[in-house]
Amino acid sequence: MTELEHPGGPGSIEDRAGHESAAVAPVTQAVDGIVVGGEGAIADTTVAAGLEIQVRSQWSYARTRFLRHRLAMASLIVLVFVFAVGALANLVAPYSYATLDLANILHGPTTQGHHFFGTDEIGRDYFSRVIYGIRTSEEVGVFVAVLSSIIGLVVGAFAGYYGGWIDNILMRVTDLVLVLPALAILLTISALLGSGSQWRVSLILAAFFWTGLARIVRGVFLSLREKEYVEAAKAAGSGDIRIMFRHILPNTLGPIVVNGTLAVATAILTEAALSFLGFGIKPPLPSLGSLVVSGQSNPQQWWLTIFPGLTILVIVLCINFIGDGLRDALDPTQRRIRA
Amino acid sequence: MPDPVLSIRNLVVEFRTEDGIVHAVDDISYDVYPGETLGIVGESGSGKSVSTLALLGLIPQPPGRIVGGSADFRGRDLLKLKKRELRDFRGKEVAMIFQDPMTSLNPVLKVGFQLGEAIKTHFPKEKDSAVKARVIELLGLVGVPNPDSRYDQYPHEFSGGMRQRAMIAMSIANSPSLLIADEPTTALDVTIQAQVLEVMKRVQAETQAATILITHDLGIVAELCDRVLVMYGGRIVETGDVQTIFGKPRHPYTIGLMDSLPRLTEDEEWLRPIPGQPPSLINRPSGCAFHPRCFHSQGRVRCREEVPELREIEGEGHGSACHFAEELRERPSRFAQTVGDAA
Repeated sequence: MTELEHPGGPGSIEDRAGHESAAVAPVTQAVDGIVVGGEGAIADTTVAAGLEIQVRSQWSYARTRFLRHRLAMASLIVLVFVFAVGALANLVAPYSYATLDLANILHGPTTQGHHFFGTDEIGRDYFSRVIYGIRTSEEVGVFVAVLSSIIGLVVGAFAGYYGGWIDNILMRVTDLVLVLPALAILLTISALLGSGSQWRVSLILAAFFWTGLARIVRGVFLSLREKEYVEAAKAAGSGDIRIMFRHILPNTLGPIVVNGTLAVATAILTEAALSFLGFGIKPPLPSLGSLVVSGQSNPQQWWLTIFPGLTILVIVLCINFIGDGLRDALDPTQRRIRA
Repeated sequence: MPDPVLSIRNLVVEFRTEDGIVHAVDDISYDVYPGETLGIVGESGSGKSVSTLALLGLIPQPPGRIVGGSADFRGRDLLKLKKRELRDFRGKEVAMIFQDPMTSLNPVLKVGFQLGEAIKTHFPKEKDSAVKARVIELLGLVGVPNPDSRYDQYPHEFSGGMRQRAMIAMSIANSPSLLIADEPTTALDVTIQAQVLEVMKRVQAETQAATILITHDLGIVAELCDRVLVMYGGRIVETGDVQTIFGKPRHPYTIGLMDSLPRLTEDEEWLRPIPGQPPSLINRPSGCAFHPRCFHSQGRVRCREEVPELREIEGEGHGSACHFAEELRERPSRFAQTVGDAA
């Protein structure tokens, strides 16, 4: 059935060829429609010479492929739901993340008083804390992904486009950041500064996360700057910045999007690890990582570990599946649309 | 004659490679007059593209190097412009049509957007709607049918001929006074070539831009050009108007080129190639670079030892860089014979 999805498929080549000749003598143009064009063209006389080809851009192919990717779509729906809950924490959560319910300390999951996920050792509603935890992790993840993508993109673009000593310096810096033991340094910084707001944690994480993308973008720019359309753009008077960001950048969007998506997951995990080790976000603001910790000191109370742990698992899994889906969808060599 | 749009004097371009210095363009001078089409012909590596790319600063430096010379464009020396000033020139005063339309358009940007970019690069304040109207007008001018809907299509939805039309449209977007077409039809098949040449003619008539047409296809030269430069080994070996070059070539290389053209009127089994190989641009033959392949040299010492100057011969504007050009008077080219036969 996929052929029906492609009105710009096999028939269109003839359309264009027929049209090429029509261009020299525009008068004959109208006649062509009867000769060329498939089944549909003749029926619709308003369509000029059967040339109404549905525009299918690379993006529309990618979109179709993504929409057909079941796992990625399911993950997207779940993730959107979870993130929406997190983003709307103020409205959704039955309690604030700091409200104490001293009558119910370490109570198991129950519908009573809406303590769906139970309460922790000082009687805070765990359901609300997980929801706020999602918000924190989400903020960290997205912020880190965006910021590190921008840094990586700019560094990679300049290195790849200019080459030479600029490339050398930027790439050596990248290598340096790459070989630094990130977690150890993160712990040291956190230990020096103490635990802080989620934004500070995000900034520190982003400072380490851009290297992968910088290398990818550099590679793409290195190959694309030799392309003739770049030379053509130069001959048309475009400046370097314009060429880099208007002509070459759109060609690199695929890897950037995939990489950025996966960076969200990595950032959430790293933040959880930091919080778990006690160097993450300052309490009482919960993050999913710090919530898992409270289970550590109360091993009998399984809900304290299971719920935030499962949430992390679901979020990271979903993001990875979406990343896979995007990678398949944005691969321009793949024309096939999944049935 | 009016003042030339562009006059190049003593241009020398070299490339430094591991094997030595490549003398890509060696001391060439020529003028381009308003409204005319100047053809530059020669085999691969004869320096025809490099001589024009140098004008726009599009030669990668290093390894390339413009050693000397001047390129006077309306009173300003293009070779001495700063990067910034040169950028203003490109696409606005001097525009370029590239060889391969398949790769000269960015595959991920819509054609209309790319053409609009060419305008907006030089007129950033122009309104989007005005730019779009102009782009659609341009697409129509170069014979792209349904320019309205084509505007929103991607290059992969254009055929080769259509893409080259779009490229031509892009080059004339800012009404440049000089158009450089670097083998504009080489990558196209023959039927499409003819159409694109038609478009080039129409565009030329419309814009009155002077055109430099770089090609190795003599048929295209005969079709489109007013004057011709023949290049060999980085030098100009013959120059003159089209009738003269085709009718009374006075350089053995030009004669060889004409003779190598197949003729339909003659029943011949074999083509007549020019013997030998194109010269190495690193170790050029001494004296006249063509002498090892020349039927006319006949081992004369002067050919081997003295570099021939381009000198005027038989009337205005016809120059040949052969020591013994006068002796070729009695040798009409086979091409001329063909034309004579036909007439």
